[in-house]
Amino acid sequence: MEAERELSYFEAIFEAEQQEMDRDGRVILIGEDIYLYSGSGLLQVDAKRLRSTPISENSFCGVAVGAAMTGLRPIVDLTIASFAYLASDQIINQASKLHYMTGGRARIPVVFRASMWHNGSNAAQHSDRPYPMFMNAPGLKVVAPATAADMKGLLKSAIRDDDPVMVFEDNDLWFKRGRCPADPDFLVPIGVADIKRAGSDLTIVSVAGCLPHALGAADLLAAGGVAAEVIDVRTLVPLDRATILRSVAKTGRLVVVDYAHRTCGAAAEIAAIVAEEGFESLRRPIQRVTTPDVNIPFAPALEKPLYPSAARIAAAARRIL
Amino acid sequence: MAMTRTQRIESLRRMLRIRRFEEAVAKAVRAGEIPGACHSSAGQEAAIVGACMALGDEDYVTGTHRSHGHPIGKGAALAPLMAELMGKVEGICGGRGGSMHLADVSVGIIGESAIVGGGIPLATGAALSAQVLGNGRVSLCFFGDGATNQGTFHESLNMASLWRLPAVYVCENNGYAATTPLALSHSVPAVATRAAAYGIPAESVDGQDLDAVHAAVERAVARARAGEGPGLVEALTYRYDEHAVNLLIPAQYRSAGEIAAWRERDPLALFRARLLAEAVLDAAAADAIEAEVTAEVKQALAFARAGAEPELATVFDHLYADPVGAAPELR
Repeated sequence: MEAERELSYFEAIFEAEQQEMDRDGRVILIGEDIYLYSGSGLLQVDAKRLRSTPISENSFCGVAVGAAMTGLRPIVDLTIASFAYLASDQIINQASKLHYMTGGRARIPVVFRASMWHNGSNAAQHSDRPYPMFMNAPGLKVVAPATAADMKGLLKSAIRDDDPVMVFEDNDLWFKRGRCPADPDFLVPIGVADIKRAGSDLTIVSVAGCLPHALGAADLLAAGGVAAEVIDVRTLVPLDRATILRSVAKTGRLVVVDYAHRTCGAAAEIAAIVAEEGFESLRRPIQRVTTPDVNIPFAPALEKPLYPSAARIAAAARRIL
Repeated sequence: MAMTRTQRIESLRRMLRIRRFEEAVAKAVRAGEIPGACHSSAGQEAAIVGACMALGDEDYVTGTHRSHGHPIGKGAALAPLMAELMGKVEGICGGRGGSMHLADVSVGIIGESAIVGGGIPLATGAALSAQVLGNGRVSLCFFGDGATNQGTFHESLNMASLWRLPAVYVCENNGYAATTPLALSHSVPAVATRAAAYGIPAESVDGQDLDAVHAAVERAVARARAGEGPGLVEALTYRYDEHAVNLLIPAQYRSAGEIAAWRERDPLALFRARLLAEAVLDAAAADAIEAEVTAEVKQALAFARAGAEPELATVFDHLYADPVGAAPELR
């Protein structure tokens, strides 16, 4: 097998799931409409390990938690991330707390995958990016990879992890292709950010699917002679503070880019950490580029301008150069 | 299959262990030795023990905020339970769970949920696990009448029936969801009839009669273990205490007559009398069990009182099984 080849972000998800299901018979997949997978060639696995569910998001997430506590390692495909609100009872009240409440005697090795379908005229109930709410629930790990290789490596790490892990995927990344190792033991560690582009003048911290825009902004800034460092946090909980703080210590300038709503978002948390722990390094105020606090509208003319773009990120950067 | 003589004597002992434990807990709450809300299982012992005695050691159980009876019914040691209620390091959950979450994983209790109906999907998941792994285990889910108005009840029963999971749903119907009677909360008061919507066999039994509960649950367990799918048993029972010990409810919602009528049919008194009448044991032997249980509860109190308060430095322990990464709060 070739050591590394091009895969789409979407193909990386299925390769990770297939490899982990081949490796460990305890891994099962739970979610709506997945009965289709067994006939489609997307996944080759015994039918008893594919649990196609009724539309009962809260309870099938809880079923996965109960199964995780008793010997299986379920992956739940919640499909659209807004459905995680229905399941937040079982994810937050049960999954995030049971290891703690049992004094460490019960383990909860479960993965909840949720895809974020914003920027596609899916309107307010199918377009949310709810990871900040889950960052606020101690006991969960939260990852949001932005490249095919990071998705493959982080999803596999999530499946092998003994804690509940939420994996958020940006649907506009699904068909982006990138180099991806074929190795079935290729893992990206949870809790480690990645410097996607080195630079010394300014730090851009990117969350989830903002990465292509952050890199685009770095190109725009480079044309003006500014060397931006682009960090993809990759994991939101636990957040790799050290990598962010080291970069800001070097550059003295920070722009944080996040697809989620502004208030109490991932960008707000990162800005707060740098303000508390890296204040002396800052030469100018921290800038946030986020989606404003408004419900996602249907009309493309209203929706498309709301999200972070390369131009908005570059403009924020120029304000503090 | 009816219980053996040994099993019936053990049933009496477990009911006594719950009752004496709960009496000691209520005293300790009033004395300020146990913090937080405490929900007593006194009055509901036959429903709990009758169901647990139909299980094997390896079978799974989930329970509710009224959580003390379930681990005791499944055979847990009392001392770590009492130490947990007092918030001690030696507690069964290291002082992280407390009265509403007294889950003893070592006896198969995988969760006691203080979100009403929250444990029903967990039990259903344990049944899925047993089916996929083919280990022959059964998962028993305790819940109250109030939980049958939660979506988790309906969603989980549907999935369990659809997938023919080895799950047994046991409703401890004590007539009240906190203070709200069934007549004000259930369009159809009989909980067992709801199972019909999902094609699940169900029985409603006298929850103060341990033999009746055991027989019904045993039938459901046998079907589940044979791969015939889930079952539901509704045990009609009653809690003696207020919703929570020392809870001040500003209005009367249960008459003294109602409480007295249920106390007339006390599950422990009924079962003891039956065992004596059937010469399963004599009064001296029954009294000896009482004395042993009383001593065990006394020892549990002493163990709990002698336990250590957890150090604040350990507060992050058990937040994650695998604390990874650079974030200092996970170390």
